[in-house]
Amino acid sequence: MTVLLEARDLVRILPAVVPVTLVDGVSMTVHEKEFIAITGPSGSGKSSLLYLLGLLDRPTSGTLYIGGKDTEPMNEIERAQTRLVMLGFVFQFHFLLPEFTVRENVEIPMRRLGRLSRAAMRQRADDLLNSLGLEGHLDKRPDQLSGGQRQRVAVARALANDPPLVLADEPTGSLDSHSSEQVFEILKELVRERGKTVISVTHDLDMAERMDRRIHFVDGRIESETRPNRTAAPAEAK
Amino acid sequence: MRLIIEIAITHVVGRGRQTMVAILGVAVGVGFSIAMAALMQGSQNDFIEQLVNEMPHVQITDERRSPPRQPAEDVFDAVDIQSLRPREDRRGIINPTAALTWLEGWVPGRFAQSLRTQGVIRFAGRDVGASIVGIDPEKEAGVSPIIDDFRQGSFAALAAGGNNVLIGDTMAEKLGAKLGDTITAVSSTGLTRNFKIVGLFHTGTTARDEGEAYVLLKNAQILSERANAINEIRIKLNDPGAAPMVARRAEADLGYKAEAWQEANESLLEALVVRNVIMYTVVAAIMLVAGFGIFNIVSTITHEKARDIAIMKSLGFRQSDMRRIFLLEGVTIGTIGSLSGWVVGFLLAYILSNIRFELSAGGREITSLPVAWSFLHYIIASSFALASAALAGYLPARKAAQLNPVEIIRGAA
Repeated sequence: MTVLLEARDLVRILPAVVPVTLVDGVSMTVHEKEFIAITGPSGSGKSSLLYLLGLLDRPTSGTLYIGGKDTEPMNEIERAQTRLVMLGFVFQFHFLLPEFTVRENVEIPMRRLGRLSRAAMRQRADDLLNSLGLEGHLDKRPDQLSGGQRQRVAVARALANDPPLVLADEPTGSLDSHSSEQVFEILKELVRERGKTVISVTHDLDMAERMDRRIHFVDGRIESETRPNRTAAPAEAK
Repeated sequence: MRLIIEIAITHVVGRGRQTMVAILGVAVGVGFSIAMAALMQGSQNDFIEQLVNEMPHVQITDERRSPPRQPAEDVFDAVDIQSLRPREDRRGIINPTAALTWLEGWVPGRFAQSLRTQGVIRFAGRDVGASIVGIDPEKEAGVSPIIDDFRQGSFAALAAGGNNVLIGDTMAEKLGAKLGDTITAVSSTGLTRNFKIVGLFHTGTTARDEGEAYVLLKNAQILSERANAINEIRIKLNDPGAAPMVARRAEADLGYKAEAWQEANESLLEALVVRNVIMYTVVAAIMLVAGFGIFNIVSTITHEKARDIAIMKSLGFRQSDMRRIFLLEGVTIGTIGSLSGWVVGFLLAYILSNIRFELSAGGREITSLPVAWSFLHYIIASSFALASAALAGYLPARKAAQLNPVEIIRGAA
C-alpha cells in the first residue's frame, strides 16, 4: 500500500516561561485507505498531533512527509495549497461559515482551488451533500440545521476537493448518540467506499475499537498501538 | 479574486446591524468633518470678501515710500548735510491724465481718481472733522464701497451735478443734519463752501460713516485750491489676487506709493494665518476622532471574525487571502460610509447655511452663517475615512491571519 503520511520524531513544544511539551517524539506511518483512531486522556497531546499532521501547526522538530513531500521547507503558501488539495478537516464543532448557505460552504474550498467550472462545483457540492443525506437543506444557513446535519455538512466540505486524507478532531464529541453513530458510519464509508484515509481523534472508546488502527496517546507519546479490526486493515491485507 | 470579493461582501451584508452601525459611524465622522471645514472655510472667505469688497484692491496715493532726495544732496554727494529744508513739492499726483491713460492701457479692472483733502463739516454750530473726497461719480461707481449702502437719497443724486454732498449716517447724526439740509465744508486752507446733503450712506465701517464726505471732484479741487489735482487713484481688479503684482508695477513706473489690499491689511491677514492653523487643527482633530471611531468599529468586526479566519485557513486559504478579504471589508464600509457622509455633510452644511440670526451691533441686517461649498473638503474627509477604515480592516486581519489557527480553534472548542 502507498504511504500517504510519514512522521519522524515529531516534537511540539509550546514556548512559554515554563515550556510545555505537547507532542514528544512521535513517529508513525499512515497508508492509503486506513481508518485510524487516536485516543488518550485529555491533554495528552492527541489534538496537537492532529494539527501538526494537518499543517495547521509547525513542529518544533522532526520531519513530516505528506504524499511523499517533505513539509519542512514549505512556505506558508505551499502549506495552504497542501491543505487545500491533500487534507480535509472535521472539527468537534462544525465550524461552518455562518453567513453562507450549506451549498456555498461546500463550494468555497472548490472555488479557492478553482479547478472546476462553476457549474461543476455546484454539481459536486450537491452530489456530496445529497449523498450525506442533506437533500432539501442545500440553501439553508448552518444555524437552521441540527448538530448532526451541520457535522455532515462539515464532512462534505472536507471532501470538497477530494483530498486523500481526512483529519477529524472529535467529530462526534458534541453530538448525541444517534447523530454520533450516523457521523461514524459516514467516516467509515469514506474509507470503505471512497478510498479515503481518515485519522480521527476520539474520546469514544467503543468507536475507536471499531476502527482499523488505534493509537493510544499518553503525555505526548504513543503508548500503544492496536489493530482491533484486523481483517479490514489494509496494512495487513498486503 | 471573485471568491475573495464575494466572501467580503457576504460578510458585510450578512451582518446587517453591525454593518449599519459601522457605516453610520463613518458617515457621521465624515459628515461632521465636512460641515466643520465648510463652516470654517466659509467664515474665512466671508471675512476676506468683506475686506476685499470694502477696500480698493490697489490704492495709489501721492505719498512716497522714502522722502525725495533734495537737490543739495545730489550736488554735494560726498558731504553729509544736516537740517536741509526740503524744497516744497507740488502736492498730488503730477500729470494725472497721463497716469490714468497709462493705467487704462494694462490694468485688468476698473479705477477711479479722486482728491482727498482734510477739512471740517459744520452744521448748526457743530463741527465734525472729515475727509472730503472729490470723486468722479461715473468712475467711482466702479470702485466705490458706498454705492449700494444708501439709507436715504442716492448716489445718482451726486452725479446730477451742483453743490451736493454725500455723508455717512453717523456723521449726520453727530451734526444733527438731515437729508436736504445744507452743510458748510471748511478746507484746510480756510476756504468755505456750502453743500446740500443728497444722500446718507451706511457701510458699517465707522471711520467711513463718521468721517467721509463725498463731493464732486471739481468741487473738492476748488475747495482745496488745487485745480485739476488728484491725489488718489483707487483700483478694483477683476482678480483681487493680482493686486500685489499690479501695485508693484504701478509703483515702479509712477513712483508713487501703490498699496495692494494685502499690504494694507497685513496684520489682519497675518491673524488669518493663525486662524487657519487653528481651523485646520480643529478639522484634523475631528477627522482624527472620527478616524479612531471608524478604526474601532471595523477592527471590532474583524476581531469577531478571528474564528472564521482560522476556519478558512484550515480549508486552505492563504494569509494574503485573509488580509485581502478584511481589507476589502474595511474599504467597502469606508466607501459606503464616506458616500453617506457626503450626504450628511452636505445636509449639515445646508442647514447651517440656513440658520439666520440678527446682528444688532452696527445695525447690520439679518445674517446667515457663511458656508463654503468646496468639493475638496469632501475628498479630504472621505480619503481620511477610507484610509482609517482600510487600516482598521487590514491590521487586525493581518494579525489574525498570522496567528496560529490552532489557538483560535482550541479557544472556540
